[in-house]
Amino acid sequence: MAQQLSIFLENTPGRLAALSRALGEGGFNMHALSLADTSDYGVARIFVDDPVAAKAYLEKRGFSGTLTEVCAVEIPDEPGSLGRLLEFLADHEVNIAYSYVFVNMMTKHAINVFKLNDPAAIELLEQEGYRVLSDDAL
Amino acid sequence: MTETYYQAHEECLDRSTLEELQARRLRALVVSLDATVPFYRQAFKDAGVDPASVEGLQDLPTLPFTVKNDLRAAYPYKMFSASMDDIVRIHASSGTTGQISVVGYTRADLEMWAQCVSRALVAAGATSHDILQVSYGYGIFTGGLGLHDGATYLGMSVIPASGGNTKRQIQFLRDFGVAGLACTPSYALLIAETARDMGLDPTTFPLRFGIFGAEAWSVGMREELEQAFDIKAYDIYGLSEILGPGVAFECSAQQGLHVNEDHFLTEIVDPQTLLPVEEGEYGEIVFTTLTKQGIPLLRYRTRDISRFITEPCSCGRTLRRLDRLRGRSDDMLIIRGVNVFPSQIEQVLTGVAEVSTNYQIIVSRTGRMDNVLVKVEIEPDFPADEIARFESIERQVRAEIESALAISVQVRLVEPKSIARSEGKAQRLIDERKEN
Repeated sequence: MAQQLSIFLENTPGRLAALSRALGEGGFNMHALSLADTSDYGVARIFVDDPVAAKAYLEKRGFSGTLTEVCAVEIPDEPGSLGRLLEFLADHEVNIAYSYVFVNMMTKHAINVFKLNDPAAIELLEQEGYRVLSDDAL
Repeated sequence: MTETYYQAHEECLDRSTLEELQARRLRALVVSLDATVPFYRQAFKDAGVDPASVEGLQDLPTLPFTVKNDLRAAYPYKMFSASMDDIVRIHASSGTTGQISVVGYTRADLEMWAQCVSRALVAAGATSHDILQVSYGYGIFTGGLGLHDGATYLGMSVIPASGGNTKRQIQFLRDFGVAGLACTPSYALLIAETARDMGLDPTTFPLRFGIFGAEAWSVGMREELEQAFDIKAYDIYGLSEILGPGVAFECSAQQGLHVNEDHFLTEIVDPQTLLPVEEGEYGEIVFTTLTKQGIPLLRYRTRDISRFITEPCSCGRTLRRLDRLRGRSDDMLIIRGVNVFPSQIEQVLTGVAEVSTNYQIIVSRTGRMDNVLVKVEIEPDFPADEIARFESIERQVRAEIESALAISVQVRLVEPKSIARSEGKAQRLIDERKEN
């Protein structure tokens, strides 16, 4: 399991910029960013160095954040690989709350991030041969 | 624990003795007003009242009211009863709308005021050995000097911190052995929040009690303040036209505010009909000053909405209690015909753990329809990463407001600290309908 930092942001010009600037000023490097939004507000979900320290730092700067355990699965960066992974989860009736993908430039692998509400799913994935990444492997 | 009183005799008079005292003072007041203040001489004439024939409290409903505009029209000194030679202090109302109104105090008025504040301080557990930090604004506003003089009169050690420079306030609270803090409740919350931002824990300050006034605040806000500093938080009530802080105060029971009725005769009237409401019903508070010399007022309409608590208080004081203010009749919003006070919305918000009590109400109009938007800050550690969770909190807040107030509203969650904080009074309400 990996720790994702989720930050509540109002959907107004400059809020994402303020978040990015704050992380930059705190010396926290972002590895992935995904936004979920409504017309009024959204949630920025990020992978960042030292998420616990980043959360504390951002709260001091007036942001509201929470740490979430998510499942980061490495898949080959090639056609069809995401489809196979999702079908595998569907076959086992694992529901996905949300998901996004980023590519690790070092390993040339795609990393698919899931919020799953079924803890047993990790074991299923590993049995199937998928590599589920922890914080240090990201 | 036995209750301590500052003036046990006056604070625990039996009802009939108190009413006799009030009647005697009222008779003297109307005669004096007729002789010294042309405004009242005319008002008695217009109302067909012969001041010499006023016998007692039963004649009160026949006497004319005084309203804020009368004071404005008397600007600056025309309502004064005492001569300027005897006036030793001048204060004025904050004057957020229109002309300010001016009040004057004689030496005896200042002493009476200090005694009223001393009653409040002692009821909150203060002693002459304690240190009080006064973080109300000093100056023409009555909050700062009112608490200052009262605490000095009691023999406390006073730190006249005034408002502003919050970090310095925190330094005093941490290092000076301060037992009591007097300021507006919203400023106290800002002090606690700033202290936490500085990496300090306000519950470790030696503070024991807070005396918070000049704003209406909810029971939930009391809990927040008591937890933030690990103190007991007491309400104090007053208005510059009548005295300043100290007209009424909370005791250890923290169940309503005892009015200093030996000095202030109190009525609750329907703001529309001006007739007395049933005992225990909500209405507008009306005061008559019984002992003031500088600028005594007859049946002054405060615009504040409250009610009498009819049960006797466990503290032993016989002074009647006003319930926690429900707001001002000026702040009262009429939304699609329903009377709404911002404090009712605040009460709902304090019951929802995920949101703070920092909120703003924005009322607008589309066509003939009133729209109410309640913006509320989420707590900094709100544990959610899914939009659905935020939406469900919005729905919960909305449903609770709608059931408490019987009006429909929109609710929008906003980021922590995004609604402007104030060092004086909080701007909770934006009514955009008035601009049209």
